[in-house]
Amino acid sequence: MPEVQIRKRLLMVEEIFHEGGPVASQPQRRAAALVVIRNPYAGHYVEKIEAFMDDLKPLGLEMAQSLVTALGGDPKAVEGYGKGAIVGSSGELEHGALWHVPGGYAMRDVLGGAKAIVASTKKVGGPGTRLDIPITHINASYVRSHFDAMEVGITDAPRADEILLALVMTTGARVHARVGGLKAADIKGEDGLR
Amino acid sequence: MSAEVHSASAGAKAKIRKIAIFVEETLVEMGRTVAPPARRAAAVAVIENPFAGKYVEDLSELMTIGEELGELLTQRAVAALGIPGPSAESYGKAAAVGENGELEHAAAILHPKLGTPVRRVLGKGAALIPSSKKRGGLGVVLDIPLGHKDAAFVRSHFDGMEVRISDAPRANEIMVAIAVTDSGRPLARVGGLTKEQIKGEDGLR
Repeated sequence: MPEVQIRKRLLMVEEIFHEGGPVASQPQRRAAALVVIRNPYAGHYVEKIEAFMDDLKPLGLEMAQSLVTALGGDPKAVEGYGKGAIVGSSGELEHGALWHVPGGYAMRDVLGGAKAIVASTKKVGGPGTRLDIPITHINASYVRSHFDAMEVGITDAPRADEILLALVMTTGARVHARVGGLKAADIKGEDGLR
Repeated sequence: MSAEVHSASAGAKAKIRKIAIFVEETLVEMGRTVAPPARRAAAVAVIENPFAGKYVEDLSELMTIGEELGELLTQRAVAALGIPGPSAESYGKAAAVGENGELEHAAAILHPKLGTPVRRVLGKGAALIPSSKKRGGLGVVLDIPLGHKDAAFVRSHFDGMEVRISDAPRANEIMVAIAVTDSGRPLARVGGLTKEQIKGEDGLR
């Protein structure tokens, strides 16, 4: 099985106090963990790639844990999440899809069984490519206040034979959320949707 | 924390909309392991520009804001690296003024008073804090220059760190950034003064 080779890590944390409206009593916090790894399948078509998902699991857990730590250490404080990947130019989009399982399950594990599907996005791109990672509520995808996104990227990554993997967590709603819809307080929490 | 900074908005306190922290670790460069990893952190505040849209002669309010942010952002950057201030090796600062401000606003924040609290948090800092500034729109890229904090000529520590916030600076805002490292470039090997040779008297060598 290919080894996970990490070149670089980047942790980003944002605290949002206001966006022109009233200053929040508790600032919204968003964090992104990015890791740049070598793409073991770069440069040629490989049919069987699924096994690499298992190899990525420990990395996913480490990244998810680093996000909880960056947001204060309490998994219960995390209300939103998302994930994404940027595949370097010698790879294919399908290599980014390898991140779905290890990235998503890692966050659910660390958060103690979040129910909603982890929103995700992926693309192939060069160094400095930006990725808008979608964010939704961890237990109910339809919670409107928690629909959000965080833009991430690293100037010198991914190189052609690399993959940039990303996980994102947030501590709450958009800072001035006020467009109605399902509220976090009204979640049933059974189906991961409402 | 910054919420206090905000609520105590009397006088020249910065009105902070947002703080972003970036921590970068390089573990491998050109196939070679970097041990320990090269680590650097940037703390960036997005603040309201009190002088946006008009010419104001006296910029002292921004100088005071610079002093306040010097302390806050350096503390945040050092905390993000998880090291005591004096263990920091290099530093840099930068500001980006939104389109309704002038470049001189960045200068007022960065140059007169910001450095003293930076050096207080880091224990020392005999060297000039390298800086850059610009005016730009939302998502503008800031390249924060980096140099060794006690001797500007340490060649292994000449570097730069790019930061960017997709929704800042708005027209009436200023982005203020401080970067701190615990190491030089990952595989520095172009000679020059090394950190072991620092005398640390004049801030240069």
